[in-house]
Amino acid sequence: MLENELFIVIPLLFLLACTAVTVARMRDLWAAVMLTGIYSFLGAGWMLVLDAPDVAFTEAAVGAGVSTVLMLGTLALTSRTAKPPKRFPWHALIIVTITGSTLIYGIHDLPDFGDPQAPIHQYPKPGYVELEIAKGEPHHDNADQHASAEEPHSEAGSDAAAGHDESDGEDHHGNTPNVVTVVLASYRGFDTLGETSVIFTAGIAVLLLLRGRPQESSQP
Amino acid sequence: MNLKFPILRVVTKLLIPYIILFAFYVQFHGDYGPGGGFQAGVILAAAFILYTLVFGLRSGLRVARPAVIETLMPLGVLIFGGTGILTLLAGGNYLQFDVLDHHFGGGLLPAGEHLGMFLIEFGVGVTVASVMISIFFCFSGRERSS
Repeated sequence: MLENELFIVIPLLFLLACTAVTVARMRDLWAAVMLTGIYSFLGAGWMLVLDAPDVAFTEAAVGAGVSTVLMLGTLALTSRTAKPPKRFPWHALIIVTITGSTLIYGIHDLPDFGDPQAPIHQYPKPGYVELEIAKGEPHHDNADQHASAEEPHSEAGSDAAAGHDESDGEDHHGNTPNVVTVVLASYRGFDTLGETSVIFTAGIAVLLLLRGRPQESSQP
Repeated sequence: MNLKFPILRVVTKLLIPYIILFAFYVQFHGDYGPGGGFQAGVILAAAFILYTLVFGLRSGLRVARPAVIETLMPLGVLIFGGTGILTLLAGGNYLQFDVLDHHFGGGLLPAGEHLGMFLIEFGVGVTVASVMISIFFCFSGRERSS
């Protein structure tokens, strides 16, 4: 991370923490829903700073957009203010403290930010990502081929590249420069199929539970 | 709310085409830039949700008919799964996209892996958009019980 980005990241994280504490302390549910939307927007901004525009996109669209609207739709069916708790929720505080300290303890096992030896930078193997990025630049490939045809010196290099491709065992056709899409759609195609089925199942479940028309639901 | 909030209604009508255009951009440009089927589906659903919020549930249901939306929900999953069947028929494994390679269109049409990803992202987008819209209709169609 660049040093300058700290000036953006630290205020963002500070605002995230402030919003979270405010939402937890708030009794007015309408304001709480709005603040969760703001929380999602701050999270989206933070993800953008961390160079994850795909995640930021999703967070802004789902977290700040659709789920805020759904929460407001739910609020229209219930009361606008939460009931004050009868006594101080000690057990909740204890559980939250234990969970939080476990998470903070777990941070020590995480690799440093941007560490090239971190597992996420080793799997899928770096060659896969390089292959996917190289496919997005067909002119570059052609130039390399021309160069290797003209100069005998570079043959060793191109042989090595060819051998690397063969050892990969998968020659991907088509060029898709966005590595995130490649990983999601191709490398983890079954995962994404599962996710889509989960969304479909959730939609079916909500339809079955909530769609009863007023006349039909009053009959039984 | 027929004549109430004229500014809101006009601005909404101005915004919705651009939201939908952006959704299609995110959907079909997701192979090149950030985005993909999931994000595009949510943005497309947001356009319909905005329309319903401003113009009322009745007009929303007229634009996005529940019968159509509920047909699109499984259709997206079927497009995704059908792409896998297609790769099986083309002689590869399930969802092994490089067997979809073809040489039509002089390299302008997506081929191989790109075609496979294009198809499944489209399936994801269709399912996500229709699920989001129908969940919203479910929530906003409920009456206060008390």
